Amino acid sequence: MGELAAFIILSVITLASAVVVVTSGNIVRSALSLVPTFLGITGLYILLQAEFVAGIQVLIYAGAITVLILFVIMLTEGGTGLRTRQVNEQVPLGMLAAAVLALILIAVFSGTEWPKASGSLPQYTAAPIGEAFLTSAVLIFEITSLVLLVSLMGAIIIARRER
Amino acid sequence: MQVGLTHFLIVSALLFCLGLYAVLTRRNAVAILMGIELMLNAANVNLIAFNKFTAPGALNGQVFALVVITLAACEAGVGLALVMAAYRNLETIHVDEINVMKW
Amino acid sequence: MGVNWPLEIGRAIALTVVMFTFLAVVTAMLGVLLERKIGGWIQSRLGPKHVGPQGLLQTVADTIKLLQKEHITPQAADVVIFNAAPLIVAVAGLMDWLVIPFAPGAIVRDLNIGILFFAAMASMTVIGILAGGFASNNKYALLGGLRSAAQMVSYELPLAVGLIAVAMEAGTLSTVGIVNAQIRNGWYILYQLPAFVIFMIAATAEVNRVPFDLPEAESELVAGYFSEYTGMRFALFQLGEYAEMFAMAALATTLFLGGWSGPILPPVVWFFIKMYAIVFFFMWMRWTYPRLRLDQLLNLSWKLLLPAGLLWILITGYRIAF
Repeated sequence: MGELAAFIILSVITLASAVVVVTSGNIVRSALSLVPTFLGITGLYILLQAEFVAGIQVLIYAGAITVLILFVIMLTEGGTGLRTRQVNEQVPLGMLAAAVLALILIAVFSGTEWPKASGSLPQYTAAPIGEAFLTSAVLIFEITSLVLLVSLMGAIIIARRER
Repeated sequence: MQVGLTHFLIVSALLFCLGLYAVLTRRNAVAILMGIELMLNAANVNLIAFNKFTAPGALNGQVFALVVITLAACEAGVGLALVMAAYRNLETIHVDEINVMKW
Repeated sequence: MGVNWPLEIGRAIALTVVMFTFLAVVTAMLGVLLERKIGGWIQSRLGPKHVGPQGLLQTVADTIKLLQKEHITPQAADVVIFNAAPLIVAVAGLMDWLVIPFAPGAIVRDLNIGILFFAAMASMTVIGILAGGFASNNKYALLGGLRSAAQMVSYELPLAVGLIAVAMEAGTLSTVGIVNAQIRNGWYILYQLPAFVIFMIAATAEVNRVPFDLPEAESELVAGYFSEYTGMRFALFQLGEYAEMFAMAALATTLFLGGWSGPILPPVVWFFIKMYAIVFFFMWMRWTYPRLRLDQLLNLSWKLLLPAGLLWILITGYRIAF
């Protein structure tokens, strides 16, 4: 019963903040509403027994990506462009597309019988994830580090001031 | 009532569609990137929910979700660098005003 | 899953109240007083002596003064964000304390991702500072907020590198597990001295203390990102910063100095002795060194501490494996 209450509270926090993110007219307020969204998703991960991923989600999403987005807003025209129109003229079509997709997805998800495999999750997931990254998923690990290096260099070169 | 797989999938579907609405209708390039982050998070919730309910023997879903978080960080970094370079040259970040190739 | 939910929520609320009251007294009151007394001693002068015996009630007087000040909100500021920013900083600074073990068994929650949780809560402070700097609608506050955010984000990496080196040595991310490993193998300050140095420098920069306090420099930016905050909201910012400094000191004693282990005295006393030794070290650095310029500070993080930290992780990995 408590788990259901926790799930409902976390889902309401996540979805309400996501609505503020996508519909607010003030770009800074919509960027700051990303933080409760990410924290709600962190709570959902903890309900799903994925505590290491939850910790990484707070550290990277709420702690670094939100800061990056706020920086770019403040360094471009966020401070002065707060009173311009923020949505383009596709609003009715966009709402229709999003609503139709949501209905189709929810219909498919509720109607399917998902097969349940055997086994159970380990109690503490940090060590098994580490072992998985260094034994069975080591190629993914190495390629992800390479992608990180390339994107770091790329971002620095693209955003550099021309001399 | 137990919290089952379907509940998490419905939350992730709604989150994905909210992100899609942001990408389709916002003018500010940074707001479009925020919509993309919401969609990636919805996919992550899906991965981890499926890991717990249908394939709990291995931790593949969580490993995949960690890789997705890393790549989302890379993509946000490069995307925001592009927005800043565009602002420096084109003086605007509203994507519906950037509609000519030669400035 | 068979968990008694009302009992758990009641326990959580009671523990929160106890922890935060204890922390508000220990960190804010004693911390501010210690800072002024130690500063006075290093500079060959007496600190505050007027209020109470030897000036011990000074912080009580300061708190009463701050509580009765007027709440000013700038006219064009964004009110919701302006009011929420000090709360984010204070709560993030206090949440760090959930994983610090004071004595065997005396920890709020022994999370198995203990130091990852600590790093995550320390990185939430940046958002409060950016929000506060922006919402004040004041160019000095905005500049101070941006500088502080750049500094704190740059120094999160050496902080995480120090934490990773200790986690590799101990084989666990849980703070209780790390203390137990140190009791078995010896204090990690002996085995991981470079990680200790990197962690202390990064911790000083994370809490915006001298020599890294350019974002709050009075001679440059009025007061940086909290220029427009008065009264209790200013006190909340200060509480958040002092709580985070003490939390970094507590984590340093847990990770490097053996936590609560020690021969004769009870464990809690040993923990506080070690924690206050590191706090004294932080305050000693504050009153001794001049302030670093912004580009020197960022160079130090990206060009010196991060490569040194990564090299140390390589060396630690080699040592552990062979």
